[in-house]
Amino acid sequence: MAEWEPVAGLLRSKSATLGLALIAFVLGVALLGPALAPHDPFRTAPLERLAGPSAAHPFGTDSLGRDILSRVIYGARISILIGLISVSISLFPGTLLGLVAGYFGRRLDSAIMRAMDMLLAFPAILLAIFITAILGPSLPNTMIAVGIVYIPHYARIVRSSVLALKEQLFVQAIAHLGGGHGRILFRHVLPNALPPIIVYATLGMGTAVLQAAALGFLGLGAQPPQPEWGVMLSEGRQYLQIAPHVAAFPGAAIFVLVLGFNLLGDGLRDVLDPTLRSM
Amino acid sequence: MPLGYFGKRLLHLAFVLLGVSLIVFLMLRMIPGDPARLLLGEFASAEDLARLRAQMGLERPLPVQYGLYLGRLLQGDLGRSLRNGAPVASEIGQRLTATAELAVAAMLIATVLGIAAGVVSAVRPYSLFDTAAMLLALLGVSMPVFWLGLMLMYLLAVRFPVLPLMGRIGMGNEPEALTGLMLVDTLLAGGLEAFLEALEHLVLPAFTLATVPMAIIARITRSSMLEVLQQDYVRTARAKGLEESVVVLRHALRNALLPIVTVLGLNLGLLLSGAVLTETIFSWPGLGRYVVDSLMARDYAAVQGCILVFAVIMAVINLVVDFAYAALDPRIRIHG
Repeated sequence: MAEWEPVAGLLRSKSATLGLALIAFVLGVALLGPALAPHDPFRTAPLERLAGPSAAHPFGTDSLGRDILSRVIYGARISILIGLISVSISLFPGTLLGLVAGYFGRRLDSAIMRAMDMLLAFPAILLAIFITAILGPSLPNTMIAVGIVYIPHYARIVRSSVLALKEQLFVQAIAHLGGGHGRILFRHVLPNALPPIIVYATLGMGTAVLQAAALGFLGLGAQPPQPEWGVMLSEGRQYLQIAPHVAAFPGAAIFVLVLGFNLLGDGLRDVLDPTLRSM
Repeated sequence: MPLGYFGKRLLHLAFVLLGVSLIVFLMLRMIPGDPARLLLGEFASAEDLARLRAQMGLERPLPVQYGLYLGRLLQGDLGRSLRNGAPVASEIGQRLTATAELAVAAMLIATVLGIAAGVVSAVRPYSLFDTAAMLLALLGVSMPVFWLGLMLMYLLAVRFPVLPLMGRIGMGNEPEALTGLMLVDTLLAGGLEAFLEALEHLVLPAFTLATVPMAIIARITRSSMLEVLQQDYVRTARAKGLEESVVVLRHALRNALLPIVTVLGLNLGLLLSGAVLTETIFSWPGLGRYVVDSLMARDYAAVQGCILVFAVIMAVINLVVDFAYAALDPRIRIHG
């Protein structure tokens, strides 16, 4: 039953449980979207524009009279998708680069890590902005941009685990027994390097959701009328003085989801990899 | 020995900056469209386009173009804005001080309050203060800056108007720009009233920008202090009968600073990223807003200039952090 130990530990952690609950809530809302949304998120109603929260519209309506609750519900799908896709885009190449750099060392290592240093030299959102400028503002391009920005983070984390694992007796023993590089890397090194990757990817989901929302807010990510939370916030900004609810609810939704990932990430770190606690 | 370490770090900085310029150069070449046409507009004649292309060296091989680009960069030439033809370097220079003022104010708030909260939490772990501070810190790290900024703005500038809504100072009260730092310029102009007005304008954006770094600093200070407070030398200091404040501040905090300094450095990127959003929200006329406006106007010359400047700032500050780190911990100078 040893493999269930981390799960039990995770459930004992208050922050991880709360994080899981928040994520499960948003995930549930995303999956059940059409069934839960009281209105069509795209249907405009000019006569009801900028109405405050009421029984018919619990979160009020936006500048085109669209129901904000329904739009926030549909936005959950977009944000979860952004998190998953962006993290995958950084996770797979980042892990591969880190594995190769750490395992083969020498010139390959310096070449890869110097390239990663260069990417890390840019403030994250600026690099994402620059990449979207080249690719053009859209939701898929946002995911690509946010994904590329975080590749070096995974490469660094994986590399440092590999450097330690490479020296372990069991890895050297397999190498002496004639295990090929691929087999050693993917069957023996990678599985043992997984805990920090899982922790970082969980925290990274929150970061990706935040960054993508920021790009949407700046007009460089998802485009209206898509019910993406950052875009909705940006629309609400213009009416802040007369209708603050338009910006308040989408922002709160981003906050809840990011908080969920951060809580879960913290809990996972304590259970899987206590040495990372100072991260 | 120290020279070796510092020399190595400087070499690394030069290398990273060279790489940054290469990435920016290559990315600019990937932007669809002809740079000459972008510069001259769609009604330019074929001869004008050809002349400009030759002038910009666009027909030459890519490595030569990069060499020319690098040469111009080294002379401080970031090209001309596609919007108004002004040199990008001077456009950036005018806005850099506004961003610097905001970022320094935010970093001060984040460092002072973050370290104070972290130390008190560590000294009284699991107390009411600790629980509340760490809960707030957790909320802080998950906060979308742009949302927090808007909500603070609504609360403190619209609903209960105690602070100004946006900008750096009221219309018509701008002092002569001597340093570009509004707080300094107002004081130099001798107007205490104008200084206070500029300070009022700074409060909301600076607090907004400070939130995330403050939360991170508080968390790291608490965990680092908790670890140090259990060390033998702290017990010895207490056993010697030193006052608790001396033990905490002189003996413990000083040794807990190392991870805090690292985090301060890492936060700088966060701060610059946050500045892009905070400046947009509060109409703060800094570099962050300039880069977003330039992007909207497809002014790639301005965008690349800003990105280069941001990357240079980040690289230089990382270097300073490395040096501070080495100054705090002699082991790094020797083994680094």
